[in-house]
Amino acid sequence: MESISELREVGALDIIGKRRTYLAISAILVVIGVVTLAVKGLNLGVDFTGGSLIRLRFERSVTAGEVSSVLTSDALADMNLGKAVIQPIRGTCDVQVRAQVEGKPLSDLQVNKIIDELSKSLGYVSLVESQMVEAVIGKELLNKAILAITLSCVGIVAYVSLRFEFKFGVAAVCALIHDTIIVLGVFALLGRQVNSPFIAAILTIIGYSINDTIVIYDKIRENLKFRKKETIEEIANSSILQTMTRSINTVVTTLLAVLALYFFGGASIKDFSLAIILGLIAGTYSSICIAPSIWVEWTLWDKERKMRQVTSGRMSPKDA
Amino acid sequence: MRPGIIWRFVGVAIIVVVCALAIWKLPINLGLDLRGGTRLVLEAKDTETVKADDDAVNRAKEVIERRVNQLGVAEPVIYRQGARRIIVELAGVKDPHRAREIVGRTAQLEFRDERGNVIMTGNDLKTAVAGYDQYSRPAVNFELSPEGARKFEKATLENIGRRIAIYLDEELLSAPVVQNVIKDKGQITGLGSMEKAKDLSMMLRAGALPVPLEVLHSEVLEPTLGQEAVDQSKVAALIGASLVVMFMLFVYKIPGLVADIALAIYAMIVVAALVSLKAVLTLPGIAGLILSVGMAVDANVIIFERIKEELRSGKRIRAAIEAGFSRAFGCILDSNITTLITAGALYAFGSGAVRGFAVTLGLGILASMFTAVVVTKLILVAIVDRNPEKYGKYFGA
Repeated sequence: MESISELREVGALDIIGKRRTYLAISAILVVIGVVTLAVKGLNLGVDFTGGSLIRLRFERSVTAGEVSSVLTSDALADMNLGKAVIQPIRGTCDVQVRAQVEGKPLSDLQVNKIIDELSKSLGYVSLVESQMVEAVIGKELLNKAILAITLSCVGIVAYVSLRFEFKFGVAAVCALIHDTIIVLGVFALLGRQVNSPFIAAILTIIGYSINDTIVIYDKIRENLKFRKKETIEEIANSSILQTMTRSINTVVTTLLAVLALYFFGGASIKDFSLAIILGLIAGTYSSICIAPSIWVEWTLWDKERKMRQVTSGRMSPKDA
Repeated sequence: MRPGIIWRFVGVAIIVVVCALAIWKLPINLGLDLRGGTRLVLEAKDTETVKADDDAVNRAKEVIERRVNQLGVAEPVIYRQGARRIIVELAGVKDPHRAREIVGRTAQLEFRDERGNVIMTGNDLKTAVAGYDQYSRPAVNFELSPEGARKFEKATLENIGRRIAIYLDEELLSAPVVQNVIKDKGQITGLGSMEKAKDLSMMLRAGALPVPLEVLHSEVLEPTLGQEAVDQSKVAALIGASLVVMFMLFVYKIPGLVADIALAIYAMIVVAALVSLKAVLTLPGIAGLILSVGMAVDANVIIFERIKEELRSGKRIRAAIEAGFSRAFGCILDSNITTLITAGALYAFGSGAVRGFAVTLGLGILASMFTAVVVTKLILVAIVDRNPEKYGKYFGA
């Protein structure tokens, strides 16, 4: 940790000086993220799309192929399960099957028939989990999720504008959108499932990233008061460096906790943990490199604009 | 030690004892995903004869309550949502897939003559018990209400030698030939298995739903799977917390140890608050808890870094601690309130498991602010008071 305080003394780490580079990198990442989202799309879970998700427990571990050959056999031909997604759950004898019949979730009768057929060729099978969702409900849930995320962002901008200033709020939300798009993009790329816990993960990332950003803002606010001689860039940069140890230590402790969750928390929490891990990394980066950079760019642009207005005589100097 | 500090220690000790008692005495309310169970979102549908109005939905809810009572679920949650929806949450039910079937089924029993006229319905039954018929096949034996007995006596008299068909939700169960007049007792066969006979008798006792209910969303989880999730979460929590504790100790030494103590108290407060509020602990909720352990040390880190700065600017250790805490407070408050905003949004729009996550996240934030600002400060001040020169250097000044 000492190395960081030394860096600060010599001012070797000039993040704000390279802000355009960081902004460009992030812009590229966001564009890649958006393109990936547009091209590959998100693998939405049944709770959003409707349909059924069943988890079956076998006596031995079976492959997706074995299950698939039963699902597409003549006995089950009327359900047309060719498109069912079959996914063995690693480290268990469980298999998850996601399917729908004519846009509807499977009925109890259909599930029983599937289990009977699987038992015939693959040994005893039991149903350990099922989720049946009508498309209507899925749509409602998706709308609610979008509403929750939007409202959080609005609430954050409002609060930050109140406590700091509007520019800070907008810059913070830009950083949040950046984090969200990167996580969504990676999930689209990997084809990981996006379900309700994922929404919780996204909101946690938003909460975490804003937390980080505010700690840096707080420092900038303080330095603006006491170091009037320095430029905006200098103040922003030294504020980032002064809070760097804290930023790193906090992300490390949180990462330690989430990594434990990812590796030991079981299959159902893995995607959730992955989203948080990605979000933590993106969030820490954006809090340090993006949110202050946007604020600096905007503030400088604003000053310049006002200066020009002053020189062209449209405004009195004391307003500037 | 100054008396003020002693009293504050007493205060913290009382909080710890109360929390420990709450955790020890009160049960933890595990969600569906941790102990198995059934969650259903049902929507009432109109039929040709009955409209799914407020009254019909209320009656349907009552029927479901009666059915659930027969299933023997400890704390069923059944409530209406909007005009036509009924939410049923049965955590800890032994056979959740069966529960789903029993709750959602209309169970409209009809006796019809050969021309298709309805003679009587399940409403005319007084009791129904599962049993066996003369060939030892599963059956439901029923007794009729006085009104039903009159109808059935008349119908059997008119239909001797002909068949009376018994339908359950438009599915033909059996169609026995009437041998002689039946007054008040009868038997339904054609059920397939004893379990089905038991389920049907249970549904008949609770009554049919006044309107059919469509299952819009069902989540069913076997208890074994819930237990696995609990076990895995425990391991993850233990490892995650140990890593965080070791990290703090390694990086911050004595203050790190103080933060670790604060972290332990933090965990106790959150769990105690969860059980006292009877909040439901879900899998994402546990994840939120583990995550918040990582985030909880954040307030401590902010304070410690702040104290270091104050020391560097030339303050003595005691003054640096005071200034560090008061300066860090605004920062901690601002950064946590924004996280509370997202937790609030999650709570308002999430359902089930996600809501559980929002609750633990929100409680976690409040508790971490308290422990960092009160507990950490108290212990630090007490330690430094003993020997300011000796302990001051641990802050890395």
